[in-house]
Amino acid sequence: MTGMYEKVLDWVNDFDHADPEYNERAHEIWEEFQGSECPVAHSERYDGLWAPFTYEMVHEIAYDTEHFTSQGVVVNTGRPLIEAPVGPAPPITSDPPFHNIARRLLLPPFAPKVIAEWEPEVRRLCNDLLDRMGAITEGESIVDGAVQYAQSIPVNVIARMLGFPQEDEALFRDFVHNVLERINEPAEDREAFMQPLADYLDKQIEDHRANPRNDLTNYLLNAEIAGNKLSDEHVRGSILLLLVAGIDTTWSAIGSSLWHLGTHPDDLQRLVDEPDVMMFALEEFLRAYAPVTMARLVKDDYDFHGCPMKANDWVLLPFPAANRDPKQFEHATQFVIDRQENRHGAFGLGIHRCLGSNLARLELKVAVEEFVRRFPSFTVDGDTRWSVGQIRGPRELPLRVVKTS
Amino acid sequence: MRVFVDEEKCQGHNRCFAIAPELFDVDDYGTAFALNDGAVPAGLVDKARLAAANCPEFAITIED
Ligand code: HEM
Ligand code: SF4
Repeated sequence: MTGMYEKVLDWVNDFDHADPEYNERAHEIWEEFQGSECPVAHSERYDGLWAPFTYEMVHEIAYDTEHFTSQGVVVNTGRPLIEAPVGPAPPITSDPPFHNIARRLLLPPFAPKVIAEWEPEVRRLCNDLLDRMGAITEGESIVDGAVQYAQSIPVNVIARMLGFPQEDEALFRDFVHNVLERINEPAEDREAFMQPLADYLDKQIEDHRANPRNDLTNYLLNAEIAGNKLSDEHVRGSILLLLVAGIDTTWSAIGSSLWHLGTHPDDLQRLVDEPDVMMFALEEFLRAYAPVTMARLVKDDYDFHGCPMKANDWVLLPFPAANRDPKQFEHATQFVIDRQENRHGAFGLGIHRCLGSNLARLELKVAVEEFVRRFPSFTVDGDTRWSVGQIRGPRELPLRVVKTS
Repeated sequence: MRVFVDEEKCQGHNRCFAIAPELFDVDDYGTAFALNDGAVPAGLVDKARLAAANCPEFAITIED
């Protein structure tokens, strides 16, 4: 494998979620842990890493800001330089009490009613992408649901919200790939390949200062905490967060949902026949295929249910595994398209609940609706390539179009 | 029947507002509150239960 570490042979004592096998076999691996006596994996990689796989434990850590800090939320070989409570990308890397201040600044532009206004725009974007797939021959054409569709939707929307040039789309995806997937490379290299992103954002911020417009970047530049404008690092960190948090995550959710429909014709048919089932299906996609695992750092040495955690160890918060814990959900490993009771934690639990969840839900819902409207029958045909690391979703997803509308 | 939202627990997942906009609304920060002091008309009893059953933070309680 790439990076500093060898292939994993022992998932209990030498765990590494950046081994490509992890995301490929995730559902099996979680089931094994949830059925075993010790549902916590450990590893000396990344200078100390723990991963608990039950809903109860994930829930406990997500709420425990006393023993765990959000200063670092993406496991990698280094440790974040900017300390909590602010951290390098507020509010996700912030702890109380600063967290709430930084979060409240960003909540209004992502509130449900503000986001709802983006619906026609997202629908248009999805149809554009479908049009660009060109002539389709039923039963023959293969389209890539990840490359030609899912990956372009969130990046376009967030670039528009931030007021960044649309043509930089590929650049953003590259940045995000560096942050989220190249986690097992040496810390010095990581700093070097992160620099272009910082430079790019500085240029955008400068340009927005000189030519103010009505977008999120200027919203952040105008925002104040107790009468003072935000520091440049805060503005840059929050923009970086919006780019990183919104792109791979939603792209993965859309891709996994299409993967599910392309492998479960009954569920696809139900969605075609009964579009209203989407209200429940949307949440079940998010539960069964939650794309986002977060992380925390241990503040001081701490005994967690018998696990001797050391200060500065990483702890993964696998919300996707928690969502499939049979102790928490009935028929946890089954996809129940109209599941009525669904308190899933795909968007996290507690104070860091995904700030973009209203946007993410809108994008996922519209993307699946438009795809199914255009292609009411399709099957996964060929090899799906899954992402590597904390965000799980298909990066290549060949779909054979069986029927067009 | 009445519904209550515990504002301390609510983290703005907005599931309640999506399921039962007749019973819940959200403020500019995405925090939910019950409409009409939480009064649930007879026709919306099922929706009220559904909303409570889907709040990930267990912030909604129901009084029969
Ligand atoms: C399906 C798509 C998405 C999923 C599954 C997801 C998941 C998550 C999760 C699990 C967290 C919790 C982090 C933690 O506990 O440390 C989070 C936080 C966050 N997400 Fe998302 N996210 C998605 C899409 C988005 C989008 C589209 C945006 C915005 C453009 C966004 C912005 C954020 C922000 C700003 C935070 C930090 C909130 C805080 O720390 O208070 N996310 N997300
Ligand atoms: S579903 Fe629960 S957490 Fe979400 S807005 Fe409603 S009350 Fe708040």
